[in-house]
Amino acid sequence: MELREKAKQLLESGAVKAVLGFEAGTGGIRRPAFAKDAARADRLGFDGEQNLASYVTRKEVKRLGKVAVAAKPAVLRALLQLMAEHQLKEEEVLPLVLDASGQVQELASAQAIEEHLALEAQVIPAEDRALMDRLGKMTRQERWDFWQKELSRCIKCYACRSSCPMCYCGHCTMDCNRPQWVPVPSHALGNLEYHMVRAMHLAGRCVECGDCGRACPVGIPIHLLTFNAEESVHAQFGQRAGASAKLDYAMSTFRPDDKETFIR
Amino acid sequence: MADMYQLPSASLDLLFAAISADGRRILAPTDQDGRSELQPVTSPAQVAKDYLQTALSAKEVVFPKVEQLLSYTLAPGQVDLVDATPRAEPTVVFGIRPCEASGFQALDAVFNWDYRDTFFNARMDQLTVIGMSCTRKDDACFCTSVGGGPGCAKGSDILLTPTADGYLAEVLTDKGRAIQALAPEAFKPAAGVDKAALLADVPAAFDQPALTAKLPALFDGPLWADQSLRCVGCGACAFVCPTCVCFDIQEEADAKAGRRIRAWDSCGYHMFTLHASGHNPRETQGQRWRQRIYHKFSYYPERYRSLGCVGCGKCTRACPVDMNLKEHLVEASQVNS
Repeated sequence: MELREKAKQLLESGAVKAVLGFEAGTGGIRRPAFAKDAARADRLGFDGEQNLASYVTRKEVKRLGKVAVAAKPAVLRALLQLMAEHQLKEEEVLPLVLDASGQVQELASAQAIEEHLALEAQVIPAEDRALMDRLGKMTRQERWDFWQKELSRCIKCYACRSSCPMCYCGHCTMDCNRPQWVPVPSHALGNLEYHMVRAMHLAGRCVECGDCGRACPVGIPIHLLTFNAEESVHAQFGQRAGASAKLDYAMSTFRPDDKETFIR
Repeated sequence: MADMYQLPSASLDLLFAAISADGRRILAPTDQDGRSELQPVTSPAQVAKDYLQTALSAKEVVFPKVEQLLSYTLAPGQVDLVDATPRAEPTVVFGIRPCEASGFQALDAVFNWDYRDTFFNARMDQLTVIGMSCTRKDDACFCTSVGGGPGCAKGSDILLTPTADGYLAEVLTDKGRAIQALAPEAFKPAAGVDKAALLADVPAAFDQPALTAKLPALFDGPLWADQSLRCVGCGACAFVCPTCVCFDIQEEADAKAGRRIRAWDSCGYHMFTLHASGHNPRETQGQRWRQRIYHKFSYYPERYRSLGCVGCGKCTRACPVDMNLKEHLVEASQVNS
């Protein structure tokens, strides 16, 4: 069954209130689309870049009821991580994936998502990997200079935060203003503190979709900061964000058998 | 009626050199790793060869993303307050599109509405705009639907229109004539150039006066929540917009000293209208999206007899989820009220 047909069926039966996929946008690009009725479902497709999981925690979307999501691996990882962090219940979302024969398949449980994901290798795109390698080989000063230059363009529009499926906090640290924790203006300190906080907060939680970098209107490869933090957590703790709906988060989980002694 | 001249391509070097020699900074679209950005230049060779528009708008030249308004030091029983001096340097913005050039007037409507903003006016006084007509467009453009056009002279002091071997130059204002006077030999008499034939074809997409007239009736309708369902609530559209003028005032201080800063703000943010009580009159993204549309197409006409949109399409291009403004306005125009 194809996506449009499946979407219509789910909407007409009332199984879901909306189906999230992609539709044709400006100048032939693809953009996220919500189909709340069968007519709109006629435009839906799987092909698009944005991580649609960023929508499922939004207040406006939660109010719709259960949604089906045309899901690529990064979306599935995000959904699992959101479940692990108790932001999403299994029954609130129905991921739709394409199986090997091009048929749409429902992943009706967290377990089904985990099993499907286990078949998909998590790969950082070659272009990103090349830049990460280049950054890794730089001296600390060179790397500092690189990010200073990149972040000087930041206008603090928060497109990166808003596009990130894991940036679901209703009251982000950036918005804490009694007192103000991080400077609001996009001057050097405001930009640096914002992006440092975000990278640290996503260490071990980043599903490596790259949507933050894709969203940036001034072309800062900001996703490389969270990719790097994620890779670092993976290297040191062997964990991947979005592998399971059960919370096992290196940065906040205490284990009596921790190999480090300082914590005991 | 503007004075019309021909500006051969080769004469641009002369013009840039004369402007620089006069102690003015030239800002122009440049190619930065594939991105179009306004940057200081000294010669035409540094100007991007093939650009539609810069991602950010030229508003930052007169309304920077961060600006210090005042500073102070505190001592027991004493406050020493120092007003900041606007950093306004003589500037020529070269090559921005007619839509963006006309955007300065929308900023002016607010910055000189009831209070005359010292910082904005100091920068505007020092600014000369050499606009560049459009010979091409993209699907985000809709200048002709909001009173502009690919060759519209509004907001430019000199408007250039590319020809086969240079530019048709319209010298429009005293500021433009002052630039011309720096290199009069660069401007040759223009003979029988059909400007309209050189311009991009941008058909009008909707009837703006009709839309403005009907917006009050659509206020409580379901359209805005529907349109904004895919909006992620960032501020990219507002920050790249040449007319979005909202700012936040921030105090950065400790016990001994502080400074007051103005920074760009956006009505798309969930905290934009959050009250100290916790109540938020624009609690949903739909209400915030509606505000964006209404501010530009209903409140601006009501208050200033002008529009808060120039149809440049920057918001559409910057949007991470393609919230196409033209398309949404067309949709609103077609709703039966």
